[in-house]
Amino acid sequence: MLRYILRRMLWLIPTLFVVTFLAFCALRIGTDPLASFLKQNPRASLANIKQYKSVNGLNGTIPEQYFHWLRHFVTGNWGRSIKGSTPVWPDLKHAMANTAVLGLFSSGLGIFFGLSIGIIAALRQYSKFDSVSSTGAFVALSIPPYISAIVLQLIFAVYFTRWFNLDHPFLPTSGIYPPGHHGFDLILRVKYMILPGVVVAIQTLAVYSRYMRASLLEVKNSEYMRTARAKGISERRVIFRHALRNALIPVTTFAALDIGAIIGGLVITENIFGYPGMGVFFLKAFNNGDYPQLMPWLVIVAIALILFNLVADVVYAFLDPRIRLA
Amino acid sequence: MAEEPVLSLADFRVSFPTDDGDVLAVRGVDLDVGPGELVGIVGESGSGKSVTFLGVMGLLPKSAKITGSAKVMGQELVGAKKEVIRSVRGENIAMIFQDPLSALNPVLRIGPQIVEMIQSHRSMSKSAASEHAIELLDLVGIPQPKTRARQYPHEFSGGMRQRVMIAMAIANDPKVLIADEPTTALDVTVQAQILEVIQRIQRELQAAVVFITHDLGVIARVADRVQVMYAGRAVERADIDHLFIKPTHPYTRGLLDSLPALGGERLKPIAGAPPNMLNPPSGCAFRARCTHAAPQCANGDMALVAFNGSETACVRIQELVTEGAL
Repeated sequence: MLRYILRRMLWLIPTLFVVTFLAFCALRIGTDPLASFLKQNPRASLANIKQYKSVNGLNGTIPEQYFHWLRHFVTGNWGRSIKGSTPVWPDLKHAMANTAVLGLFSSGLGIFFGLSIGIIAALRQYSKFDSVSSTGAFVALSIPPYISAIVLQLIFAVYFTRWFNLDHPFLPTSGIYPPGHHGFDLILRVKYMILPGVVVAIQTLAVYSRYMRASLLEVKNSEYMRTARAKGISERRVIFRHALRNALIPVTTFAALDIGAIIGGLVITENIFGYPGMGVFFLKAFNNGDYPQLMPWLVIVAIALILFNLVADVVYAFLDPRIRLA
Repeated sequence: MAEEPVLSLADFRVSFPTDDGDVLAVRGVDLDVGPGELVGIVGESGSGKSVTFLGVMGLLPKSAKITGSAKVMGQELVGAKKEVIRSVRGENIAMIFQDPLSALNPVLRIGPQIVEMIQSHRSMSKSAASEHAIELLDLVGIPQPKTRARQYPHEFSGGMRQRVMIAMAIANDPKVLIADEPTTALDVTVQAQILEVIQRIQRELQAAVVFITHDLGVIARVADRVQVMYAGRAVERADIDHLFIKPTHPYTRGLLDSLPALGGERLKPIAGAPPNMLNPPSGCAFRARCTHAAPQCANGDMALVAFNGSETACVRIQELVTEGAL
């Protein structure tokens, strides 16, 4: 098992090498940092341009530029953004932390309620609860986040404020703190996270309730459930020890992959709510052709995806004795 | 039978409601099984043989309608409270199933699965129950029971898995063991070993065994008495020797004729298919496929009547025997 994990970790290096090289080429072919530099500094002299090029590693062929970038990147010199010339790492760090908080909050919410609903629905298949929750899940899945976000903003920030005659919005719709706020404040932080969190949680909840329901139904009809009942043990024990133990295996694996994908950020939701996370970071950097920002973003997202893929495999092998990692 | 029967069915009926009406799967079965007796239940697919005993065990889906009487050690199970049925199954009556791989929980070790069976009926410490589980594995002929108890079902061969199922079923010295086609999924040499184990259990533990199968060859080896079922009813009940030498029902004759024999002539299969149980025919259900059918076969309640040391549901039995047709 340990050998397996180590080997997979070693594979991370060539994988990242290929991923970053391809991404670098694509970015440098698709965007031109020099053009955006010239747009901002129309009167730049030839000397300015030369200096700009050498500072940002824009000399030579694209593979040469890639290795220039790689050398700096692995030595911890992540450089400055092309636009605004701010250091990349502090910005990226904040975006990552913000996204992790929002992602874990919304996933936690969505997975917990999704699993609960899925379990109850499967245990009472064809009941009212089952049909209502199934219909609800399909409705929730069919509403894209940019619609549900705006609807929720309307209800909780506009209408609620109007109905209850409040002097400020019932729930804030943008950012993570009120303007001018400094320092950490848990209540404010949570309050600002509710709407974006719920928008994402609705989708997560819908997916997990369906997935959990299907998985448990499959287990419910298996023969070892009949054996368990034939033993004369209590129905509660049949469900918890035999049914859920088996039905949660695929769901847990799925959740591990999902959590790995969180770090990439929620481009749409973060943008609607002005939430300064990885999604917003990516979109801004992309629009500016800002490859010094985009490349570290990409490396972090790729590492997270690969690591959580590994976590999913290990968890799967841990939960299901039939799986052997080799 | 001098002794009080350990399992006693009287007018036992099972039906399943569907959109087109009730499917009458079992239509009034009577059976008394004495202590330590091995009774074979024979019939083709859909004859209601499995459904009858799943019904006795309370393992049918909730929609199944069960009427009549099923007593285990004098305890009525039809209409009994769930807790009563639960305390009886696994304790006085246990069951083994056709496919021993899917009947064992894939993610639990063998030992704990047996321990669960013991502890749900006996107040025994975990270590004592584990000891007992290992003894049981030894009893059913599993080598190195101590090591094997720590393994998972997928690490066992088909025959070994069925031994595990038997060990689990006899954990609490049940008075009745229902074996639902326990050898059907196994190859022939393994089949013989499993039959031996079942016979030894019957002898050593003095447990009555109800052996459900469609394989007359298997029945001939193990059973004391046989009940032949067709379309949800018993059509013949006889001692094993009577049944094979002078069957008293055309259906039994048909079954015997469809057995392959070395150097024998071509098989004579029974023409036609079993009736639709949504609307089973009145009178003898077999008459549509019976070469000896006569008008009087359409009437009567088809109860078993004693004839030449057997019991048969055939109303023409006297004539058929006189004609030499059977």
